[in-house]
Amino acid sequence: MASPLSGYLLVAALIFAIGLAGALTRRNAILVLIGIELMLNAANLNLIAFWRYGPHPEALTGMMFAIFSIAVAAAEAAVGLGLVISIHRHTQTTDLEQMNRMKG
Amino acid sequence: MQEGLAFTPQLSASGIAQWLWLVPAVPVVASGITALLKQPRRKLASGLAIGSLAFSLVLSLVAFVHVLTGWSHGYAVREVVNFTWIQAGTANVDLGWVLDPLSAVMLVMVTFVGLLIFIYSTGYMAEDENYTRFFCFLSLFAGAMLGVVIANSILLLFMSWELVGLTSYLLIGFWYQRPSAAAAAKKAFLTTRVGDIFFLLGIVWLFAQTGTLLFYDHGEGSLEPLALGGLLVHHSGWGLTAAGAIGLLIFAGAAGKSGQLPLHVWLPDAMEGPTPVSALIHAATMVAAGVYLIARVYPLMSAGMPAVKFGYGATPALAVVTWVGAATAVFAALIAVAQNDIKRILAYSTVSQLGYMMAGLGAGGVAVGMFHLITHAFFKALLFMGAGSVIHGAHEEQDVRKMGGLSKFMPVTFVTYAIGMLALCGFPLLFSGFWSKDAILEAESLWHPSHGPFYLLVFGALLTAFYMTRQVCYVFFGEYRGHGHAHESPRVMTVPLAILAFFAIALSAIGTPAWPWFRAFLSDHAAALDFHGFAEPGLVMLMATSTIVVLIGLGIGWWLYGNKSPRAQEPDALEQKIPTVWGWLRDRLYVDELYGATVIAFYYWWARVADWLDRKVWGGMVSDITLLFRGWAHLNRFLDTNVVDGGFDKGCEEIATSGGLLARVQNGRGQTYLRLLALAVVILAAILIWSGRG
Repeated sequence: MASPLSGYLLVAALIFAIGLAGALTRRNAILVLIGIELMLNAANLNLIAFWRYGPHPEALTGMMFAIFSIAVAAAEAAVGLGLVISIHRHTQTTDLEQMNRMKG
Repeated sequence: MQEGLAFTPQLSASGIAQWLWLVPAVPVVASGITALLKQPRRKLASGLAIGSLAFSLVLSLVAFVHVLTGWSHGYAVREVVNFTWIQAGTANVDLGWVLDPLSAVMLVMVTFVGLLIFIYSTGYMAEDENYTRFFCFLSLFAGAMLGVVIANSILLLFMSWELVGLTSYLLIGFWYQRPSAAAAAKKAFLTTRVGDIFFLLGIVWLFAQTGTLLFYDHGEGSLEPLALGGLLVHHSGWGLTAAGAIGLLIFAGAAGKSGQLPLHVWLPDAMEGPTPVSALIHAATMVAAGVYLIARVYPLMSAGMPAVKFGYGATPALAVVTWVGAATAVFAALIAVAQNDIKRILAYSTVSQLGYMMAGLGAGGVAVGMFHLITHAFFKALLFMGAGSVIHGAHEEQDVRKMGGLSKFMPVTFVTYAIGMLALCGFPLLFSGFWSKDAILEAESLWHPSHGPFYLLVFGALLTAFYMTRQVCYVFFGEYRGHGHAHESPRVMTVPLAILAFFAIALSAIGTPAWPWFRAFLSDHAAALDFHGFAEPGLVMLMATSTIVVLIGLGIGWWLYGNKSPRAQEPDALEQKIPTVWGWLRDRLYVDELYGATVIAFYYWWARVADWLDRKVWGGMVSDITLLFRGWAHLNRFLDTNVVDGGFDKGCEEIATSGGLLARVQNGRGQTYLRLLALAVVILAAILIWSGRG
């Protein structure tokens, strides 16, 4: 446990687990989205940590990766929120228990 | 026997020849339209039939005038229009039509007599509920008959010939509700079919020998010298050339259609049809088709004729035609003596007269036979339509013994009928039948091989005069013995009678020895008016003979039957004198019974043999094979139900169950899916970690 990498990874795993738990247990769509954001950021943290303590910290690969990931996450969050708003307009609720029409 | 200058041939087709196909086509189309009409459209149906035939008549007259013009300018008009119907490899199936004096004369006769009979039919069939069907068949018949007449291809001729046979069948069996009519139609169809088989064989042989189906094809047709020469070289056995043998086969077909011995049996029975049909088909036109056919293929029949100094020679084929014709003439006339059905007497007389035509063709050539054909068509149509008028007037009575005295009730019918009867008997000088019959007798008397046919035909003339007198005495003289009150027929029926009666007399003008116009026209010579024709001693003797014979016949008839009005139950006057012979004749010389005992019995026996073969041999084999296949089928069914179906059902069940399980997972909630995803990731991670250890 000498390398600080383990600490970062543990924190990231903890954040991922919290995000996963939130996404799976919350019934409010907004909170589920927040959980998903948490999981994404845990993954970003991993990327940065592996880059910083990896074999080539001088190349900016991990940083670029994370920035891209954050940009994609932002877009995704926008889309997700848009979907939630349109569903809310349609059904007057954000309760996921009642959104069960995604089946064949 | 006069020989004029041979005419220059004219072969190129003129405008009218190009359009000659319309003559048969228009009635056929009219028939097709009539077939689509509803039953109540009676006026339209008869109008179509009469209109189309009138059109054909006009066209035929134009064609006739065209031929006549060519003839009077010294051209032997023979215009042909040929085309290829089917091409198979190097063999062509050609069809075509021909306009020459023979077809032109025949066209005018068929359309003219046919038109009169159509008009007459509107009166005769006025009460019939199947009026439209009748006119549909009549038009089809007229079209087919005209097709026979204009055909330049023996195949086209045969096709029209068979169509004629078909319409004859349909019309004889027109009142198919009567079992006798249905049987008569069947008999006519089957009997003529016997002749047609031989005809078809002749066609095939002719095609094989000459390689063409056309009669005239600018030197390459089967009736032109080139092909005939080839046919003469080829011998077929029994001392016959190929030309003779083919000619005999074709004659068999003609004999079937024209009711010659031994295929005459269908014609008297064909009188079951409506009377206009008897007049049109079984007196004037269809039965003449056989004679016309022989006239058409006459070059084939006469090929290789031995040269004789004076009179007429004969090829074997023509000798057969002559003898069969003469025998038929006497045979049928004998039977006609002892019949009591008014139409049946006329039917036998038709058979007899067809025999005369055949004999005339065989001995004297085309013109002699065709002249009798034309005159006979007019007076026999007249007689049949007169008979129809009598039947109509006497309330559907056909037995001459139950008529009598009708001359008082039906004057127009009586006068016209008498004219027809005198023409048929060949009463001297005034009537066309005298001249045409005389031409035949003259040809027979000059026939080289034998005088037998001459004596037969003279005897036939005696019998003809006798039985016609008997019939007329029974029908028109004495007292009325029928039921109800006899009445004259409507004008639509009597006017055609009068027109035909006029022609029965007027046609004599074109065939007297003094001005043998008809003969000259058909044989492409110029006709000259020459009263010395009467002065030939042989001819005078002949005319005297036939006059005396006819007068004897009329005399005996009047002596036995005149004004006596015998009762129906009373035996016939002749029966009292010669009961045995009378019995034979009344039973039609047992020809039907003979066929019943031989041909038909043989067919029954053969049918039984075939039936036995079918049941025992083929049937046994078939049932054995059936059993085999049934066993095989049972095995297959067992396998199917237990093995294939079982396995399949199990598989289906499994799929359905697992599908049901999986379906529960897909409940539409995103979080459930996410949960499963998380679970899967955990399992994946576990596997990765696990495998990373090793």
